Amino acid sequence: MAERIAITGVGQTYHKSKRKDVNAPELVTEAVEAALKDAQLTMKDIDFVVSGSFEMADGQYLPDMWILPEFGGVGKPGLKLQNAGTTGGVAAGAAFNYAASGMFNNVLCVTWQKMDEGQGAFGRGGGGLSEYWQSQIPMSPITNFARRTFAYLHNSGCTEEHFAITRVKQDQCALKNPYAQLKLNTTVEKVMESMALVWPIRYLHMCPSTAGAAAFIVSPENQAKKVTRKPVWVEDWFCAHVGGAFTMAEDPTLSTLRHGCEVVYKRNGITNVLKDIQAFEVYEPCSPAELRWMEEVGVCEDWTAWKLMEQGKVGIDKEIPFNPSGGVTATNPIGATPVIRIIEAALQIRDDAGEHQVPQTVNRALATAYGGQGENVIFLLRKSL
Amino acid sequence: MTDKAVKPVVIEADSISTFQVTVGATGTKFLVEIRDNKRIMGIKCSSCGKVYVPPRSHCPTCCVKMSEWVELSGKGTLTTYTVVRYKEPYQPKEPPIIYGVIQLDGADTGIYGILGEVEPDKVKIGMRFEPVFKDEREGSLLDIDHFRPSS
Ligand SMILES: [Zn+2]
Repeated sequence: MAERIAITGVGQTYHKSKRKDVNAPELVTEAVEAALKDAQLTMKDIDFVVSGSFEMADGQYLPDMWILPEFGGVGKPGLKLQNAGTTGGVAAGAAFNYAASGMFNNVLCVTWQKMDEGQGAFGRGGGGLSEYWQSQIPMSPITNFARRTFAYLHNSGCTEEHFAITRVKQDQCALKNPYAQLKLNTTVEKVMESMALVWPIRYLHMCPSTAGAAAFIVSPENQAKKVTRKPVWVEDWFCAHVGGAFTMAEDPTLSTLRHGCEVVYKRNGITNVLKDIQAFEVYEPCSPAELRWMEEVGVCEDWTAWKLMEQGKVGIDKEIPFNPSGGVTATNPIGATPVIRIIEAALQIRDDAGEHQVPQTVNRALATAYGGQGENVIFLLRKSL
Repeated sequence: MTDKAVKPVVIEADSISTFQVTVGATGTKFLVEIRDNKRIMGIKCSSCGKVYVPPRSHCPTCCVKMSEWVELSGKGTLTTYTVVRYKEPYQPKEPPIIYGVIQLDGADTGIYGILGEVEPDKVKIGMRFEPVFKDEREGSLLDIDHFRPSS
């Protein structure tokens, strides 16, 4: 029988495009120290460490061996996980499972990416492509989203302007988040004038590359209640991986987000998404993706998200509190990005998000991780169980 | 069933990437001292008193930030070594290369170094060594060209 578990502390770095003042171990330590401080624990209290980064993106091979000693993360049971975009998602999921086993008191999950070290190295292989059927016609993350977005334009009836409106909404949220990297105060015109990287994806649609780290501590119920007065309960998590582009022929705009959400909604009795969930932190690596992700998550019908965005119904204090942190288009230290989603969802539940706090009481929040060509990890967090 | 007459198809794949790895402020001070002053510095934990060479910014045992620098003579004792007798493109010198771990006087950790001015079969664990710096230094551990036997 699994224990009920709660997040007792969260911490992230102030995300930047470059952190030449610190090496990778020092960057990671900043997030760990912030999470420990938030939980008022020390490394002596931590009895399991889950760590993860997207190793290929910054050339940090076997990074746990040289990064974990910096903050004392060695000499304890632990596990290193690496994927691409979903790294933080599977690392968080593993941390939740280890906490739920009841064998450990305080499980630390720490993830990072120091993208000022690499040079877009994952462009060719990026996204888990088969060497013989896909990689010879390289599909970078940008091309991947271009084909999705072109199909979305075709199917939904929206225009390019709606992607720019979405970018401005994301930017306005990021302006209120002290940890966010890009705070452009941009306009629809500027987004539409920005360079087309792979049409219809423009420069200002895409997430930046980021040096950043994120960590949290999760404990079984008894311990969580001792550690904090504001435990954030982990209600459920589900990993919806899929075999890359092969499975997308029927609808090239769809990822596995819809399927994953359907599973966790069913398991947890969620029937009215917007009523049952009060904050959404969904991993959207580019602006147009947020529209399709809104539909996959189920906050609106297929091909209608752009209308809600145009009507100004999406935002921190709007009907649809989608990505109040500013999301991934503002900040994307790849390996850490899913954990940032979980942290932001937890802060919303704790009423600790500050300027980007959703005004209504957040009893339940949804966080997701996206990776590769359409993989997703879905998390449900609760104020009380 | 595989037709034995058909040669299996194998695709050549490569992935060439370069990286710029940030050393950080603590590591930078250490390398700049070697580059500009031919000086090897250690960093001391205020909690357990251990001196780390090469330095790190946190003590891994105590999890505290370290900031106290100590200057070392550079002399130290060989704790272990090995001899590489084959040639590889990434090796910094021609074989045979003697790689040693030297615990510098005043330090609690060992540092990797190349041993020189000594024949491989004359090296013994416990021998004393001192650094020989390159004339042209660029801020890298290889600015220490080698360690040679000393008193
Ligand atoms: Zn110490």
